Amino acid sequence: MPYEMVVLIKQVPDTKNITAKAMNDDGTVNRSALPAIFNPEDLNALEMALGVRDAHGGHVTIVSMGPPSAAAAMREALMRGADAVALLSDRAFAVADTLATAYALSCAIRRIGEFDLLFCGRQAIDGDTAQVGPQLAGALDVPQITYAREILHLAPGRICVRRLIEGGTEVVEAPLPCLLTVVGEANEPRPRRAKLAAQFKRARTRIEVREAAAFQLDPEKGKPDPALLAERVNPILADLERHGLLIPVWAPADVAADPSRCGAAGSPTKVKTIESVVLVASEHKKVEPTKEAVGALIHELAEEHVFD
Amino acid sequence: MPDRTGGVLVFAEQDGGKIAEVSLELLSKGRELADDLGQSLAAILLGHQLADQPRQLIAFGCDTVYVADDPRLAVYTTLPYAQVVSEVVADRQPEVVIFGASPAGRDLAPRVASRLRTGLTADCTNLQIGDHTDPVRKTQYRDLLYQIRPAFGGNIIATIVTPEHRPQMATVREGVMRMPQADPARTGEVVPVQVALGPEATVVRIIERVKAERKVNLKGAKVIVAGGAGVGSAEGFELVRELAHTLGGEVGASRAAVDAGYIARDHQVGQTGTTVRPKLYIAAGISGSIQHRAGMAESGQILAINTDPEAPIFSFAHYGIVGDLFEVIPKMIEAYKSKA
Repeated sequence: MPYEMVVLIKQVPDTKNITAKAMNDDGTVNRSALPAIFNPEDLNALEMALGVRDAHGGHVTIVSMGPPSAAAAMREALMRGADAVALLSDRAFAVADTLATAYALSCAIRRIGEFDLLFCGRQAIDGDTAQVGPQLAGALDVPQITYAREILHLAPGRICVRRLIEGGTEVVEAPLPCLLTVVGEANEPRPRRAKLAAQFKRARTRIEVREAAAFQLDPEKGKPDPALLAERVNPILADLERHGLLIPVWAPADVAADPSRCGAAGSPTKVKTIESVVLVASEHKKVEPTKEAVGALIHELAEEHVFD
Repeated sequence: MPDRTGGVLVFAEQDGGKIAEVSLELLSKGRELADDLGQSLAAILLGHQLADQPRQLIAFGCDTVYVADDPRLAVYTTLPYAQVVSEVVADRQPEVVIFGASPAGRDLAPRVASRLRTGLTADCTNLQIGDHTDPVRKTQYRDLLYQIRPAFGGNIIATIVTPEHRPQMATVREGVMRMPQADPARTGEVVPVQVALGPEATVVRIIERVKAERKVNLKGAKVIVAGGAGVGSAEGFELVRELAHTLGGEVGASRAAVDAGYIARDHQVGQTGTTVRPKLYIAAGISGSIQHRAGMAESGQILAINTDPEAPIFSFAHYGIVGDLFEVIPKMIEAYKSKA
C-alpha cells in the first residue's frame, strides 16, 4: 500500500566555515556569504522516506523554508529521487524562531493535503535545537517519534520504530499519521541518480529565472524594462512547467499562513545580543616532545597532586 | 504583558524511580533564578508509584513539588507528559520553566512550548535574570530570563530573551550547571496533580526498552585522556586507552573522532557531548574547536599534544607539546610508571 510522505529539509550555512565577514551588524548571520549545504540529518530523513517508497510504494514531497537560494537544496532532493518539492520563501518568513518555522511548515503541509508520514532530520547544524520536528508535530497535532533510527514495521495506519533513548534504545508503535525525526546513524543516504541529476539540474524557481533574465537584459543593474523581462521570462517558465522543472515557491498567502505568526513577528524568542567568540590566547608552558621534558612534566603534575 | 509571579519550575526527569542528575543540577540554577526574581522554586515530577523522590527534590532546594502519579506516566512518552506538564504550567503560571536537554527533555520541551505557544531556547550554557529594551519599539522589560547559548557551530554566543510570551522556557545539558547540596532538613510542599488523560494521549505504545548501564563516567573522572581526529583510527585509540588506564582516568574523545567511528559516542566531550571538569585533561590529536572547548574549558590543568603548532587548543592549554601523540604518549606512560 503506498504511503503519502513529506520530508522537511533545510539548507544550512556550513557552520564549520564562518568568518567575521559573514556576520551582519545586528548579529544575524549573512547566510549568502557562506557556503550552503543540505543539512546532513535531513539527507537521512529523505533516505528513510525513499526507503519506504522502495518497499511499499508512495509519494515523497519535499518542503523547505528558506531564502531563494534554497532552491539548490530542492534540486538536490529531486536528484536523489523526491517526487515533488515546494519552497516556502518570502520576507515574511524570515528571522523565524523554531515556533514560527514550525507554524509556516505546518501551513505548507496543510496545503499539500493528507499525509501518512512526515520525516525531518533530528536537528539542523546551524541552530542545533532539534525543536522544529516536535513543534511541527505539535502544530499538526500528530504523534512524534524523535531520534528514529530504524523503521521495524510499517502497515496501513501503524508504524513501529526503533529510536534512541538515554543509554539505549526503545521500540515504539504509533498510529499514522505521525512525524519522525531521523538521526544520522539511521542510514547511508543514497547519492544522486545520474539520470535525475541530468534532468533536474535545469529545475528553477520563478525567482531564479527572473533574476537570470534580468541580468542578461541589463548586465549592469539587472533592472530591465518590465515588459521586456516578461517577454523573455514567460516562455521559459512555461517550458519549465511543461517539463516538471518549475520549483514552486510559496508565500504566506499561498499556504493560508497568518503573517503575524510567521517570521520575526511570530517568534516569541528574540536575539538580544550576539558576541563573536574571541579566543583569548593565554600563555601555555611549552614542553618539548623529548623523554626528559615529558618526564619532567609528569613529575610536575604529580607534585601538584593531579593524579591523586 | 502577562504578569506572573509563579516562580521557576524545573522538570524533574526520572527513570525507574531515579531522578536524572541533570534535573538536580537545574535545581541549583533554578534556586538562583528564583532568588533573583524574588519568587519560589518548584519542580514537576511525573511517574508512577513514586516514593520519596518529591522529598529528595525538596532537599535539593524546591519550595514545592508537583507530583503527577499515574500508570500511564510510568515511563516517558511524549503525549501524556506534554499534556500534564502543559496543564500544570497553564494552571500555576510560572515565569520560567527549565528542562534538562536529555533525549527525553529535547523530545518534551518543544512539544510543551508548542502547546503553550511560547518561546524555547535549547542547550543553554547559562541562564541569568536581567533587563531588556526592545531595539525597535523601545519597550522596556525587567527581570527577563537571559537564555545564553553558543550558536552557528560555536562561533558566537547568543543571548536570547522571550519578552512577551510566558513561560520563558529553556533546556540545559547535563554537567553545565553544578550539583546542589542536599539539605534533608529543608521543608516544602508536595502538591498532587490531577491526571486526566483521554485515549488520544496514549496512542503511542512502548513495545520494548533496551538500556545499558552507563559504562563511561566522564563527568566524575578526575583525569581524562581524550583523543581527536589526530588519533587516526580505532586502533590508534588503544594507546589513548592505555594512557588513561595508567593514569587511573577515563577515555574521552572529540566529536571528530566519534563521527569518524574511532570510538563510541559515550566518550564524546564537548558542547554536544558531555561537559567535564577533571583535574587533568589531556587532549591528544584534538584541534580544540570552540564546541570541544565548551565541554572541557573548566578542567584544572589542560595538556595538549598536537603536531600542528597553530592548533587552537594551544591557545587555552596550560601545557602544550608539539609532537606526534604516538611518540609522546608512550613517553608519558613510561615516565609515569617510573616515577612511582
